[in-house]
Amino acid sequence: MNFKIPFMTYRRFATMGSLALLIMSIGSLGFKGLNLGLDFSGGTLIEVSYEEAADLIEIRDLMSNNGFDDFQVVNFGSNSDVLIKVADKNGDSQLGDVIYKFLQDADPSTELKRIEFVGPQIGSELRDQGGLGMLVALGMILLYVAFRFQYKFALGAVTALAHDVLIILGLFSLFSWDFDLTVLAALLAVIGYSLNDTIVVSDRIRENFRGERGFEPHEIINRSINQTLSRTLITSLTTLLVLLALFFFGGDMIKGFSQALIIGVLIGTYSSIYVVANMLLGLSITQDDLAIPEPEGAEFDDMP
Amino acid sequence: MVLSIGVIYSLPNLYPAKPAIQIAYTDSGKSADQILLNQVKEILEDQAIGAESVGLKDNNIIAKFNSFDDQLAGKAALQKTLLDQAIIALNLEPSTPQWLRDIGGGPLKLGLDLSGGVHFLLEVDIDSALDNRLESLLNEYRKKFRDDRINIESSRKDNKDLLFSFTSEEDYNKALKIFNEDNITPLGTPLYDLRPNTLRNLVELAYSQSAIKEIRDYAVGQNLMTLRNRVNELGVSEPIVQRQGSSRIVVELPGVQDTTAAKKIIGKTANLEFRLEAASTTSRLRKEEFDFQDERMGSAFLEKKIIVAGERVTNASSGFDESGFAQVNITLDMQGGRAMQKATNGNIGRRLGVLFVEQKNKSVLIQDADGNDVIEQSSYIEKEIISLATVQAVLGTAFRITGVGSPQEASELALLLRAGALAAPMKFVEERTVGPSLGKENIELGVRSIIIGLLSVIAFMLFYYRWFGFAANIALFANVVLITGFMSLLGATLTLPGIAGIVLTIGMAVDANVLIFSRIREELVDGKDPQTAIQEGFSRAFVTIVDANVTTLIASIVLYAIGTGPIKGFAITLSIGILTSMFTAILGTRAIINLMYGNKNIKELRV
Repeated sequence: MNFKIPFMTYRRFATMGSLALLIMSIGSLGFKGLNLGLDFSGGTLIEVSYEEAADLIEIRDLMSNNGFDDFQVVNFGSNSDVLIKVADKNGDSQLGDVIYKFLQDADPSTELKRIEFVGPQIGSELRDQGGLGMLVALGMILLYVAFRFQYKFALGAVTALAHDVLIILGLFSLFSWDFDLTVLAALLAVIGYSLNDTIVVSDRIRENFRGERGFEPHEIINRSINQTLSRTLITSLTTLLVLLALFFFGGDMIKGFSQALIIGVLIGTYSSIYVVANMLLGLSITQDDLAIPEPEGAEFDDMP
Repeated sequence: MVLSIGVIYSLPNLYPAKPAIQIAYTDSGKSADQILLNQVKEILEDQAIGAESVGLKDNNIIAKFNSFDDQLAGKAALQKTLLDQAIIALNLEPSTPQWLRDIGGGPLKLGLDLSGGVHFLLEVDIDSALDNRLESLLNEYRKKFRDDRINIESSRKDNKDLLFSFTSEEDYNKALKIFNEDNITPLGTPLYDLRPNTLRNLVELAYSQSAIKEIRDYAVGQNLMTLRNRVNELGVSEPIVQRQGSSRIVVELPGVQDTTAAKKIIGKTANLEFRLEAASTTSRLRKEEFDFQDERMGSAFLEKKIIVAGERVTNASSGFDESGFAQVNITLDMQGGRAMQKATNGNIGRRLGVLFVEQKNKSVLIQDADGNDVIEQSSYIEKEIISLATVQAVLGTAFRITGVGSPQEASELALLLRAGALAAPMKFVEERTVGPSLGKENIELGVRSIIIGLLSVIAFMLFYYRWFGFAANIALFANVVLITGFMSLLGATLTLPGIAGIVLTIGMAVDANVLIFSRIREELVDGKDPQTAIQEGFSRAFVTIVDANVTTLIASIVLYAIGTGPIKGFAITLSIGILTSMFTAILGTRAIINLMYGNKNIKELRV
């Protein structure tokens, strides 16, 4: 497939679209915040399964009668599985056992699937660690790309990553999806994935800038994007294929994970086409920026 | 070569795990021997239960069965005969053939989210360990100064400091000399942080940073050991008890079905203190009043001085005395024995109390500066008397408590004494329990999504790239084999997010091939002949592939560093997957394509 799509002609629309999404994301994060999962909020979660469809109202009554007031009871996966979440009041690690006991007393067929308890201090530690990890990852990638390419590329790449991460966070906030550790892992995987795309495009831009003289930067960038487009689309497609398999067949414990990655792959594909190129043009990249060929590049041209 | 290693080490995963029974002596100090082995064999033969094999492994006896029914029947028979002599636990044993085990092969370890089981994170309360140390240090010095005739005006513990004030300058100088002598440790790091005040004959003493670190390491190490013993009592196969960070301990018990019982034994966040009962003449400052654990008994006054704490208790068991009454036998370590001897010498006829110390949590709702309700958590310590018995003789490392009531009560007391052997109290800060059915379900779902993901990618590649896709698919398949092989070899643990990592790798691994193939296409369009196009395609795409993968590797290493348990599993599979996919996609595919097209004169190449 040979694409000749004038991507750069539409770059103003893309910029506006990105800005709109970013504003929405930041707005939602600011006003609504993230719906933090157990890993970060602390508290107790218990999942049980019944032989037949569970009566949620009865379970709620049971909880209230046993002195709980701040809790959620929902179906999880199927209507015979129930997930109960209790907000952390006192960091009491026994709550899960207590709840399971009275559920079992009420209906002996109740089967325990899991109990999770996260103490308040662990929750806040994980929050800090997660945020820090994200920044460290971005920082190290910035350095690597600056070292291998050039700082304008590095800025472009990191902007693209921040763009992707913010929009995913924004969507999680907007739709109140649970944000837990697996989603954080997915975010870091998105960083890796989106970067993969970005590097491939940047690599081609660099190569074309060096190889051909006398073209406008915006023409060269456009050509590079078109040259790599079929690869970008195919890789996104295969990755989406496996992610969809994971989303539909992988079970409920990693739904959030695959959800975040699916969004990430879509946004990451878009951002590697538009955000980096836009940044490069915005920073007015010139051929002189890439004039000194690096050893790898030189070696390359000598190859038969 | 690399591939064949991968294949060999991934082989053990194909052999199914067999139902087994693990048998160990109840006394954790005793390891399984030939006698027990013969006993087990006999019992199984008597009941005509066919075991596939019965043998010694580490400190246990492992009996493997061909069916789960045999396993359960075997357990029932063994329990009936061995009673409390041995701990019998159901278990799954890998059936890896001997030759594979000899070269270090074994199946993948499954994380708790796949095998079912319990994960605990416990925090050791260092502050109270420190308080205990300071308290006993204060007593040591009081005694020493009394023996050396150094007059103290007052001495007390104030938060993390000890304050001594002396009656005269002479006493002050003598004392300061003692402090300074004690302050020199073999390692050269100061033990104390001394702040003498010459004008007022006052010395302030606190532990130095390095001493606090040492106390912390000791307390965590001691608790780690106690927890290991308690976990052994549970009879779990392959438990993990590990230190995490400066003052936390991770306990993982895979396959445990009865989680409440496990938690009860692990979670005994208790400590013990042996103290003499205070005489009625003892000053109020030197004694404390405690309630009995048995409410009917009321309360009693004990001396503030702790003779021995729980960390010195090495063993406690229940038994009977000469006249057939229940008693509890206690063994202390050398240091504890000496302290006990000193304390009881001259105190025969007085009563010795055992305090059970438990840490509990309490939280109150308070309002912060903005008027929001915040929960403030605080822990408090509850101390109760579990035994108060008259000292009959000078006690040493081994002694007994008689008159403890029924045999049942005696064994409970022994259990409490054993359980109390912790250097510092601990509390649960994280707990994850996964029921066995969920674990099984997770494996099934995980494997299913791997297969569906793999098949759809394979189908797409065949459809889109034809023969080249076929080569990429072989490489992809090799990649999955390599990932499992390397993970088995490294002893890495497979978790649910880890499976997700493998699935993600499958999707992304073809990227390298896609890059190469796109390049070959472009070269063909540029009018190069097929062989050159293949050459160029591989070499030009190489740099891009490396750059793209190194950055993903950075992200996954960061993930490994910040993640816990399951997330670490994801980071591991992702990193291994990146490395193996680079290998298979570049070298593997190249080899296959060379086989297909090498040295041939191709006129037309379809990519």
